[in-house]
Amino acid sequence: MNLRYRPLNLARWIVWGATAVVMVVLPLIFTQGFAITLISQMGVAIIFALSYNMLLGQSGMLSFGHAVYSGLGAYIAVHALNMASKGQIWMPVSLLPLVGGLAGAFFGVLFGYVTTKRAGTTFAMITLGIGELVFSCSLMFPDFFGGEGGITTNRVFGQPFLGITFGPAIQVYYLIAAWCLASMALMYAWSYTPLGRIANAVRDNPERAEFVGYDTQKVRWLTLIISAFFAGVAGALGCINFEIVTAENVSAVRSGGVLFAAFIGGVGFFFGPIIGACLFVYFVVALSDHTKAWLLYLGLFFMLIVMFAPGGVASLIMMQLPVIARKRFRELVPHYARTGAAGLLVLAALVLTVEMTYKVSVDSANGTAMTLFGVEFDAAGVLPWAVTIGLWILGGILFDTARRRLSRAWGEIQADLAEGRA
Amino acid sequence: MTPAARSNALELASVCKFFGKTEIIRGVDLAIPRGERHAIIGPNGAGKSTLFNLISGRFPVSSGSIRLHGEEVTRLKPFQINRKGLSRSFQITNIFQNLSVFENLRCAVLWSLGYKYSFWHRIDGLANAGRRAEEVLEAIGLGARRNRPAGLLTYAEQRALEIGITIAGGASVILLDEPTSGMSRTETAHTVELVRNVTEGKTLVMVEHDMGVVFGLADRISVLVYGEVLATGTPEEIRANPAVQEAYLGALHKETNDAGGSHA
Repeated sequence: MNLRYRPLNLARWIVWGATAVVMVVLPLIFTQGFAITLISQMGVAIIFALSYNMLLGQSGMLSFGHAVYSGLGAYIAVHALNMASKGQIWMPVSLLPLVGGLAGAFFGVLFGYVTTKRAGTTFAMITLGIGELVFSCSLMFPDFFGGEGGITTNRVFGQPFLGITFGPAIQVYYLIAAWCLASMALMYAWSYTPLGRIANAVRDNPERAEFVGYDTQKVRWLTLIISAFFAGVAGALGCINFEIVTAENVSAVRSGGVLFAAFIGGVGFFFGPIIGACLFVYFVVALSDHTKAWLLYLGLFFMLIVMFAPGGVASLIMMQLPVIARKRFRELVPHYARTGAAGLLVLAALVLTVEMTYKVSVDSANGTAMTLFGVEFDAAGVLPWAVTIGLWILGGILFDTARRRLSRAWGEIQADLAEGRA
Repeated sequence: MTPAARSNALELASVCKFFGKTEIIRGVDLAIPRGERHAIIGPNGAGKSTLFNLISGRFPVSSGSIRLHGEEVTRLKPFQINRKGLSRSFQITNIFQNLSVFENLRCAVLWSLGYKYSFWHRIDGLANAGRRAEEVLEAIGLGARRNRPAGLLTYAEQRALEIGITIAGGASVILLDEPTSGMSRTETAHTVELVRNVTEGKTLVMVEHDMGVVFGLADRISVLVYGEVLATGTPEEIRANPAVQEAYLGALHKETNDAGGSHA
């Protein structure tokens, strides 16, 4: 049996090692300030999305209020940071995520006791209620929540330790990266503990779990507390990164965002939410710089995933593995390339339609001249619309043909693989 | 406590169960000595599965008391009763669909080995849990299906896994709800052997429709009709009991023979 596990462990070490290397090297390649901001936020989002997936993917708990734990963790952290900078308590900035985590876990104990009494739809509804409760509290207790403006802080105080002040964004990035890697490893390890495995069992069949000795309510509660801990870690890191915590941190929007991220990446695999968090942050941060309609694109993308790849991006990747293992992937490459290229045409048509519509309907007061894909044109003119319609038709036909051929090629390979197995 | 009571693994006294105004179980008294293989038979709707649900804590009793090894378990929850050494299977297969066969069994042994809600043990490092799961895996004959998700097993394999999950925790009292339902004759014969082997030295209570299985396995039989125990006795006594003959057994013999005929 040891023989069977050894190669697997090697692969695992390689994957984790590569992840660590990528995290260290990324800011050395992408040195612009914007890139550092982006990957810092990705690191925070990864922890948050993985903590969310401990509930959704691993334990079958659909929460609509996970931001309560990250947000309250962030609030406790911001107050702790302010007290530390005033010298009222001793605490290095690098340990602030631990404070946020413990705060998150504390509220997990408190609220989780109520929410985890029931599973399924009831659980989802109660989390929604708790989320609204905490959000409305944020307006009722301005001393703690800072009202509309939130609570601001300054992460730089005291004497630098080994030259580290956490002033420059790059130092904050490495702090986030270190906590992110540790959190990923711990959450991965959790899924290989008795509690993690029983959480899977409770997800699959809560009733049966009761008949092999497990109090499912307690399994859900403990899982939620651990999940809330990591959510709090993410909250505190966000607080260090932005130096401000507002009511938005505990809002339903934030709770919905983490659901989006986990689902886009795929809740069925451990690494799914990692991909999802990166894509989500990219949509929110990068795309929102370029277009006011970023939320529309995010929504459309989410719908595409839910409809055509309900297992998320991770499931699309995992589907390729058996094909690659049988050395049949090369046959699919031209099909993927063609479908992808045609898809880009459709995407261009979509972007043109959305942006020009926005220009002429909402933003026409500023004139209808606009620039898209590096081309200047008049959104009220006939030609751009004619081009757009042409792109829709051309792209649509090409995409449909390519998709059919891809699907046929895929079907043939799958049939061969199935035969080979039998 | 009388010596007889102490040696009883399971004792039901005047157990009643109402659903709304309908009385499904009407004052059942039953004493099952330690180590006995006991079958509960009766026509459809007699309340056999309900009785199992009451004993295992799935439903609360309306009145009466249930004792496990002389200890009152009437108001306890399923997991509490399970921890006291009673484990049950289900008529409709009730397994962990997305977990592998091995993981199904390992989950079923974790509590009994004292790992409880641990999140500080690495599950693959728990040698005794792995060993026990492997033992059960071999015992139920699913060694070749070790890593397959349980939801992808054939019906008969899922039924075997159902029994495996039930016995894996080492419970001393095993309740099996129609372990051979929906099986072909060969599969039934396999299952009878399996049940005989894995319940060796334990107390077995079994609901079963197949009279061949019942008379082959059971030390004693109780006949349940409309929520009441009509008779309890050895297979010979039950077979010879005119009341049972009249009320139920003759008709059922015919029924199972017909069903068996259509299988072949």
